[in-house]
Amino acid sequence: MAIAKEQLDSAEKRVLQIVSRYGANEEHLLQILHDVQADDNSLSEAELIQVARAMDIPLSRVYGVATFYSMYSVRPRGKFIIRICESAPCHITGAQSVIRAFEQALGIKMGETTKDRKFTLEYTSCLGVCGVAPAVMINDRVYGNLTPDKVQEVLSACEND
Amino acid sequence: MEFFRSHVLVCSGVNCSFRGSRSVRAALVEEIRAQGLDKEVRVIETGCFGLCEAGPVMVIYPEAVHYCRVVPDDVKEIVEEHLRKGRIVDRLLYKGEAQVKGVQTWRQIDFYSRQKRVVLRNCGLIDPDSIDEYIAREGYEALGRALRMQPMEVIQAVKDSGLRGRGGAGFPTGLKWDFTARAAGDQKYLICNADEGEPGTFKDRLILEGDPHSVIEGMAIAAYAIGASKGFIYFRGEYKLSIDRLTHALEQARAYGLLGKNIFDSGFSFDIEIKVGAGAYVCGEETALINSMEGKRGEPRFKPPYPASVGLWGKPTCVNNVETLANIPSIIRQGADWFRSIGTAKCPGTKVFTLTGNINNAGLIEVPMGITLREVVYDIGGGIPHGRAFKMAQTGGTSGGCLPEALLDVPMDIDSLATAGSALGSGALMIMDDSHCIIDVVKCFLQFFRHESCGQCTPCREGTQRLYELVDKISRMEATEKDVELIRRLARTMEDASLCALGQTAPFPVLTTMRFFPEEYEAHIVHGMCPAGVCAAASQIA
Amino acid sequence: MKMKSLDELKKLREKAQETIRLREQEEGTKIVVGMGTCGIAAGAREVMLALVDELQKKNLKDVVVTQTGCAGLCEKEPLVDVIRPGEPKITYGYMTAEKARSMVTSHIVNGQVIGEYVIAREDSGD
Repeated sequence: MAIAKEQLDSAEKRVLQIVSRYGANEEHLLQILHDVQADDNSLSEAELIQVARAMDIPLSRVYGVATFYSMYSVRPRGKFIIRICESAPCHITGAQSVIRAFEQALGIKMGETTKDRKFTLEYTSCLGVCGVAPAVMINDRVYGNLTPDKVQEVLSACEND
Repeated sequence: MEFFRSHVLVCSGVNCSFRGSRSVRAALVEEIRAQGLDKEVRVIETGCFGLCEAGPVMVIYPEAVHYCRVVPDDVKEIVEEHLRKGRIVDRLLYKGEAQVKGVQTWRQIDFYSRQKRVVLRNCGLIDPDSIDEYIAREGYEALGRALRMQPMEVIQAVKDSGLRGRGGAGFPTGLKWDFTARAAGDQKYLICNADEGEPGTFKDRLILEGDPHSVIEGMAIAAYAIGASKGFIYFRGEYKLSIDRLTHALEQARAYGLLGKNIFDSGFSFDIEIKVGAGAYVCGEETALINSMEGKRGEPRFKPPYPASVGLWGKPTCVNNVETLANIPSIIRQGADWFRSIGTAKCPGTKVFTLTGNINNAGLIEVPMGITLREVVYDIGGGIPHGRAFKMAQTGGTSGGCLPEALLDVPMDIDSLATAGSALGSGALMIMDDSHCIIDVVKCFLQFFRHESCGQCTPCREGTQRLYELVDKISRMEATEKDVELIRRLARTMEDASLCALGQTAPFPVLTTMRFFPEEYEAHIVHGMCPAGVCAAASQIA
Repeated sequence: MKMKSLDELKKLREKAQETIRLREQEEGTKIVVGMGTCGIAAGAREVMLALVDELQKKNLKDVVVTQTGCAGLCEKEPLVDVIRPGEPKITYGYMTAEKARSMVTSHIVNGQVIGEYVIAREDSGD
């Protein structure tokens, strides 16, 4: 599939800026992808192409890395990524009911993004806050001791951010 | 409207009345009038404050000062000192003694009294953003002393201490350092593995957040011992707060010259760089971690060669866990003999565990190696909440084993747990009560592996998927005895043929639960029922 | 300042210990909030903000609010320690912004510990 030149051009400047911050050495690829993704929580095809060019790495390799790690996404995601832990400690303290409450409140299923591109629901592996399980991480913030009742409160906290 | 600058609320509740609040109030009104303050101060009768055992009680606003056990003779002083001069009458203040006396002290709480804090000695006590508070508690003393020793002497001290890696494998730390130190090459690297992804484990994160300098100091000592001038800390991408704290701590250490060129004028130079992952459990495996640091997919490498000879960018590299490194300063400062006096002969020292699941005191604990599981669950953990019964403990995280009540007296150390059919692993300890179904929770573990398998080798990529499907079949009451046999064969293949520990240990939870909870499998397979009622309910919804 | 020897470290340590000791004497009350990720996830940030705000409102200048890492009792987070000169340290658990505000009025202003929020006190030798 051909990609529009405008898309490539608009990605170029930002990617070059980010790459020059760390250097084009391959060891910085993960950090560079984190930064490139920071604007809209996803990596577009144009962005990946520009990263590959700027760092002189085959596109296949950049794509391989972008799809290997769970924090990157090559599909569009919402402004707020709600990462819900479904590891065993959260599982046995009620994560399932919290997941259902999020799905109901947002009208989407796990793995989906709301139509207004505001929220994405994802599973995550253990967040390391099992002492306050069940827990979710929304962008950089972690919320613990969740119950279905608290879900709306957490969502409004995001809206007001 | 009249304006009063002060209001005195006198309790007229039953108990205070009984103790004489009525006469106190009368004396108060009289004294205020006598001192000519009746236009400024108003006395109000109120209901019970709930401090009945300390009555009669009065509260003076706007300061909201509580006086207790007031008798008519105290009134003159209160009016004179407090209402006239604005000085609080200390001797009558409510100190809350009665309530606090009833509260346990830290030493009385089993949660703390049974612990032995070496790694966590500063956690929860010092401000992690202040290097001075760390230094005030003997911080960086060990680094200074180590730099006066020969590198081989430092390695010998760690070997003598018997310290074994705290990341899961339990390999002797001194030996690992020795291999790296002896490897050929000018450039060597030290990596601190903070890619803590084992479900139910969060010790490394809390150590780094609570006492970052203990890890930095441990790293500097390790680097000196193995001859590395450059160190890295590889974090999970999800650990934002830890990354910020550590970045700050590194800057402070550099400002004091504890990192950088020519540390303590010894000629030894060392600095640390932070590397951030992007969400992949398998990167906790040291060769996968190295690949990830090089900017690649975090897929494990074949071993040998081990990182000690061919590691990061092909150079000799030593990878140590956060908790392992946090032990180093205490070992150097207090000596190998002191360290060996804690724990067991084969596993000296302490272990940090993370208590999760159905347990009253969920959290972070540090205990001598060899303490029994029962002590941890009931004394430190405070037992099972809501009056339910203990069903199983999973030690070592998702790749560890599940122990039944009959094994509660197993000592918690690397070898004893392995003998019992489980693992100490990273120190995750998840407790489950009898409301849960073994099959359901095993399915949850396998869901995790199927998601986290990196896909590089077939036994793990296919095995984790098929294993999940087979256990799912059991939970849907559709499995037969044949499927159990299939699980056993598949597990053997994965254990033998997987490239790294992920695939090798993924069948662990299935195998240990089949061994310790056969009746639960039988109920699902033969009788088509879930004793805990979990699987049945789930299948009804679905 | 870059340190060049163990002696210099020792001097710095003594200075740091002295500063901490003086601070504890002079500054009166110290409130310590557990700000590990577990604490923050349980709402420690809101507790911290409420404490600072309430102290400002009440114009309590000799009270220091500081932070520490996880003390291990994650399940009881957010944890808040109150250390008043001459009194045993009191640790409150399951704190909220609301509880923090009433704690300031009751404990900091009036010296009245709120027993029902307390999870432990430090030994005072008795």
